[in-house]
Amino acid sequence: MALLQISEPGMSAAPHQHRLAVGIDLGTTNSLVATVRSGMSTVLQDDFGHALLPSVVRYAPSGDVIVGHEAQAQQSSDPVNTIASVKRFMGRSLNDITDKAHIPYRFVDASSDSTNATKRSLQLQTRAGLKSPVEISADILKTLKARAEKSLGGELVGAVITVPAYFDDAQRQATKDAARLAGLNVLRLLNEPTAAAVAYGLDNASEGTFVIYDLGGGTFDVSILRLSKGVFEVLATNGDSALGGDDFDHRIYCWILDKVRESSENFAPLSEEDTRLLLTKARQAKEWLTDNYEAQIVCKLSTGTLVDVTLTAPQLVEITQHLVTKTLSPTRKAMRDANLAIEDIDGVVLVGGATRMPQIRQAVEDYFKQEPLTNLDPDKVVALGAAIQANILAGNKSDDDLLLLDVTPLSLGLETMGGLVEKVIHRNSTLPIARAQEFTTYKDGQTAMSIHVVQGERELVTDCRSLARFELRGIPPMAAGAARIRVTFTVDADGLLSVSAREQSTGVEAHIEVKPSYGLSEDEITSMLKASFTSAEEDKKARMLAEARVSAGAIISSVSAALAADGNLISDAEKNAIEAEIRRLESLTQAQDADAINKAVDTLNHATEAFAAARMNASVSRALSGKNLDDIKL
Amino acid sequence: MASNNYFQLFALPEQFDIDVKALESNYRKIQSASHPDRFVSASPAEKLQSMQLATSANEAYSTLKKPALRAKYLLELHGINAIAETNTAMPADFLMQQMEWRERLEDAKAAKNIAELESLANTLQADAKALQAELIDLFDIKKDFANATDETRKLIFIDKVSADIHHAIEQLE
Repeated sequence: MALLQISEPGMSAAPHQHRLAVGIDLGTTNSLVATVRSGMSTVLQDDFGHALLPSVVRYAPSGDVIVGHEAQAQQSSDPVNTIASVKRFMGRSLNDITDKAHIPYRFVDASSDSTNATKRSLQLQTRAGLKSPVEISADILKTLKARAEKSLGGELVGAVITVPAYFDDAQRQATKDAARLAGLNVLRLLNEPTAAAVAYGLDNASEGTFVIYDLGGGTFDVSILRLSKGVFEVLATNGDSALGGDDFDHRIYCWILDKVRESSENFAPLSEEDTRLLLTKARQAKEWLTDNYEAQIVCKLSTGTLVDVTLTAPQLVEITQHLVTKTLSPTRKAMRDANLAIEDIDGVVLVGGATRMPQIRQAVEDYFKQEPLTNLDPDKVVALGAAIQANILAGNKSDDDLLLLDVTPLSLGLETMGGLVEKVIHRNSTLPIARAQEFTTYKDGQTAMSIHVVQGERELVTDCRSLARFELRGIPPMAAGAARIRVTFTVDADGLLSVSAREQSTGVEAHIEVKPSYGLSEDEITSMLKASFTSAEEDKKARMLAEARVSAGAIISSVSAALAADGNLISDAEKNAIEAEIRRLESLTQAQDADAINKAVDTLNHATEAFAAARMNASVSRALSGKNLDDIKL
Repeated sequence: MASNNYFQLFALPEQFDIDVKALESNYRKIQSASHPDRFVSASPAEKLQSMQLATSANEAYSTLKKPALRAKYLLELHGINAIAETNTAMPADFLMQQMEWRERLEDAKAAKNIAELESLANTLQADAKALQAELIDLFDIKKDFANATDETRKLIFIDKVSADIHHAIEQLE
């Protein structure tokens, strides 16, 4: 994030000042941006009063990038260069996309392109060249960023971007890359159902156990949360990252094709334009049938064939029944993981535009034996919740003393002998988490061990998603089974995984920050960002100095504030030592030596370790109301 | 963090029979005070403290919440490793019982009988409840750690079979 921080010199300044932060719902069908203004979470509108930005990007012949309603209107006339539902392709390779024949885009597998050998992500051929889903999503995010900055009148400190709870690491990394490419500082990727729970829970001052059923355009999530005194604890989450309203459209589209084939003998294969036209008609029919009994679908294809069919609400229910049923399996899994019965659920909240369909509402009501709650707009609730979390993470004082305890959606494990997966962190573990497991060597005299990190619930490595591989070398030769290799998985509050391996007897170590091969490399991001700069390349030295000053300013203000609040927790000598380091750092920031500043930042940080531990103990003791925890070493 | 006693962390007495409500509420209090989200603009030293405490609070909470893990942890505090390789002896009647459960599980899996799997899961739940009552007596009243070890091993085994049953149901759905 280095490149972004220097464009925001205000960040480390006056901590009391309101920092502009937004929540972004980057949806399959629509995207939104919201912020907290005067204590209220509000969705920001464009100049025409639209809150929803259709997640459609058109690369126009003029070279312009058009995003939103205008692009959506041109979908049928220019389908190849007008990309909708790009979220379905995030962090995915061509092999992951099952229904390519019915999607009017020109897919290119990046791995066949020698210049992109490191990436396994698919790309789309447009008139603006090859575009990755990350770049297309970045175009949507840029539009929302511009809307927010115009409406709030300043640069954003950062954004919370929501992702489906069931997104895997590759999909999350791709989303983060898109945000960086759009010039957004990501404060947190937040799970969509959790964001909805925040907006809903705060609005209703609820306590109890709630189910969030979130059927969006392309993804399905179900989360079970316990709300108690401002703490939102996710008990379990499950879902299907390739199931959504789009699949209902697609089912109707196939039904239309069947009907047309029945009545006309020589039915030619559809052009890209006609495919898009019929998909649009299918979506309109679906939306119409939410409040009406029948929908007439009429249009003329480019071949001259006239389409004129009528779909009734009961027919729609019949042809999409299997999709509705498909959402109930993850729901049951989540309930089992949370160890809850239907009677334990205090409320069911519906999120996502697709939950407007009557058959969905009915299915949810039948399963949970209670009427679902719909008092917040299912399209906006995710963005509203994300804005509340963004406001907190940006460091703005808030009246809502809320805390989110989220979980890992998918199990994380290692490949063992025979291509089997040994799970180290099980799905639905609360973050942050650290888990260690011991492994041993397979052969006599084995000196290296290959560590393959995978994500998923299946038993075979080939059925899980591969996240990273690394090697632990220099194990002393021993008999098979004698070495003790301790592998530690750590997932922080952002859901980012790091893995380290250590041979116990010798202390040989290897460590990796997991970066899925589907994401972009640091170099790629940097070069893409540079390419988008109109000005000349920045002076590297000046940039490093500016960065060093920003981090110096940040630590000085946080340590000074801590001393002012809790200085009595340490001795005067300790306090004086810290203050001396602060003064030394302050004087160094006046000079031009970035290295010296960074070293002084480290020294100051080191000098405050005992103080930080004392503050944490005091804070926990206060929280447990007077219980003395001083004797516990943390 | 090895010296960190999970019971002390949550201000609970060191025994098998715990006040679950107090555990949950103290867990939330500790997370509210220590979670990394509360330290976004803090110094790196404080962020590290926060990350460490929030992580151990999660570990401690997930251990004490589950009766089998709580029992195993209590034994560890008394220097007993319930699942050590030397601790393999199981009473013959429990071994018979185990084999019966495994057979029922395999048969129900082969017959794709979800109702039977669910009924087996309920049977195991009831057995687990009875074992927990016994463990309260052995740990908290009699302080009989030798017998508590045997019963803990049974509880751990029941948990394993239950997990396999849930996995089988998931596969069939």
